Amino acid sequence: MSVLLIAEHNNKNLKPFTLNAITAASKIDPEVHVLVAGSGSESVAKEAAAVPLVKKVLHCDSLNYQNYLPENLAPLVTKHSEKYDHIVASANTFGKNFMPRVAAALDTSQVSDIIKVNSPDTFVRPIYAGNAFATVKSNDKKRCVTIRPTSFEPAPKTGGSAQIDKVDAADVPNFSKFVKREETKSERPELGTARIVVSGGRGLESGENFKLINDIADKLNAAVGASRAAVDAGYISNDHQVGQTGKVVVPDLYIAVGISGAIQHLAGMKESKIIVAINKDGEAPIFSIADYGLEADLFKALPEFLSELNKLNTIQK
Amino acid sequence: MKILVAVKRVIDYNVQIRVKEDGSGVHTDNVKMSTNPPDDNATEESVKLKESGKVKEIVAVTIGDDKAQETVRKALAVGADRGIHVKSDTYIEPLGIAKILKKVVEKEKPDMVFLGKQAIDDDCNQTGQMLAAMLNWPQATFSSKVTLKDKSMEIVREIDEGLETVEVNLPAVVTCDLRLNEPRYASLPNIMKAKKKPIDQMVAKDLGVDITNRVQQLKVEEPPKRKAGIKVANVAELVSKLKNEAKVI
Repeated sequence: MSVLLIAEHNNKNLKPFTLNAITAASKIDPEVHVLVAGSGSESVAKEAAAVPLVKKVLHCDSLNYQNYLPENLAPLVTKHSEKYDHIVASANTFGKNFMPRVAAALDTSQVSDIIKVNSPDTFVRPIYAGNAFATVKSNDKKRCVTIRPTSFEPAPKTGGSAQIDKVDAADVPNFSKFVKREETKSERPELGTARIVVSGGRGLESGENFKLINDIADKLNAAVGASRAAVDAGYISNDHQVGQTGKVVVPDLYIAVGISGAIQHLAGMKESKIIVAINKDGEAPIFSIADYGLEADLFKALPEFLSELNKLNTIQK
Repeated sequence: MKILVAVKRVIDYNVQIRVKEDGSGVHTDNVKMSTNPPDDNATEESVKLKESGKVKEIVAVTIGDDKAQETVRKALAVGADRGIHVKSDTYIEPLGIAKILKKVVEKEKPDMVFLGKQAIDDDCNQTGQMLAAMLNWPQATFSSKVTLKDKSMEIVREIDEGLETVEVNLPAVVTCDLRLNEPRYASLPNIMKAKKKPIDQMVAKDLGVDITNRVQQLKVEEPPKRKAGIKVANVAELVSKLKNEAKVI
C-alpha cells in the first residue's frame, strides 16, 4: 500500500516539479517511494532521499535511462510497480510522455493532470482547458496518476534520510534513439516556478519587440511567457508558451501584454494570483479575468512601465 | 508505405463551454463541433508525406457516434484515401480507444499511426502513447518536425526545456503538435470528391476488446470565478496598485 513516484531530473539534480509531485503523492498515501532512473545519477538519488516526505528511494543507474526515452523507462516502471497501488509522475512533457505506456502495460486507465486529491481513488482534474473541473473516481486496482505540479506546494527538500535501494534494470526494446536536446538557456527564473511572469502575444508584432517584455522581466526578476500566437508566429521559442497545450503557470503576478485572451491561453494562466492585462483593444477577453486592466498601446505603455519601475526604491525579489 | 491517421470529434475550440446545472457534464446540444485541432495537423502531415511520394495510402479512422463520421469526411476531403468509422454511442476512455485502434492497426498494418497529441475536450494526452505501448512500437510525442527515412523517422519534439530530437524505427506512433504544420482547407471540388470515398463501418463493442470505463466521473462543476477587476487609467496608477494594493512588486 504505497505510492511509486517517478522522479524527473537531469542526472545531476531533481527537477523542481518533482518536489510538487512528492507533495501530491503524499496526499494519496504517506508511504511515498521515489524511483530515480538515470545514468550517473547518484546525486539525484541522494537528493531524493533527503526529502523528508520520501520513505524510500529506488535507484536504477544505466546508460539506457540517460535520456528518459519512454520506450526504455516505461518497462522499468512497470517492472517495479508490483508492490504499489499508485504510480505517479508530474503532468509535464516528462510524465505525459511515458506514463500512458505504463498504464497500457498494466491495463489501467490513467488519471491525467490532477489538481486535487480527495481520497486515494478520487481526484479533481480540469477538462475543457480548465473551463470545467471533473471529480473522478478510479475503479482500477492499480492507478496511474499524473499531477499538475503548480497545484501543489513543493515538498521541503532537506532533513530526511530515506534508504536508497539499487534496483535492477529492465530489458529495453532498442527501437528508438535519442539524438539531441536543445535546451533554451536563460538567466531568468524558470517559467513554471517563477513568482512573476511577463507574457507577450501577437500584439508584440515581432521577435525583436520582445525586448520590451524582456526588459520588464529583468527589472522584476520575472520569467518570460508567450501566447501560442506569438510562438506560432516565430517571435519566441516553444518553451515559453503558456496555455492548454503549453505550460500552466500560477505566479503571484502575471502580466499579459498584447494578448487577447483566447480560451487556450487562459487555460494556462487564469489561476495566477494577480493578473494584469495591457491591450489596446478594450473589448479583448483578457480584461474579463484581469485584476488590473490597462487599455493602452503597448509600445507606449511598456517603456513607461519600465521607467515607473525604475522610480521605485525597492522591488520585491 | 501506409499511414493510419486517427481523428476525434470535439466541441469546437472557439466555443465557451457551459457546465450542466446537474453536474453531469457539459452542454453539447446545438454546440458547434469540429475535428480536434492537433488531429488536423496529423492529417495534414500524412497528406504532405503522401505528396512527397513516400507514402501510398492514408486511412483515416474515427471512433464515435454517427456524427463522428464528419471528421473522417474532412480528412478524406484534404487527402486521405479511405475511412473507417468505429461506431460507439457512449464515451470511451483513452485506454479503450487505444485498444480499438490496436485492432484497426492489426487489420490495416500501417507503417505509421499519426494522432493529435491531446484532445481539447478531456485533455487526457494518453491515446497515442497507450497505442504505441500496446503494439510494442516506439513513439514520438508532441512532434513539431517529421523527417521520414527508409526504415525510421527523425522527429523533433517540443518539450518543456526546448526541443528534443529522437529517431524511431518504423512502425511507429507519432502524436502531433499544433506547430507541426499549417492544416489546409478542403476545396469544394475535393469535398464533393470525398463524398464518394469509402468509409468502412465497424461497431466498437463487436471488436472483442474490453472497453469498459474504469474511471467514473462523479461530477463536473464550474471552476471558481475570479472577482471582477478594475481598469486603471495609466501606467503610473498600475504600478502604484501593484506596489501598494496587491503588494506583488
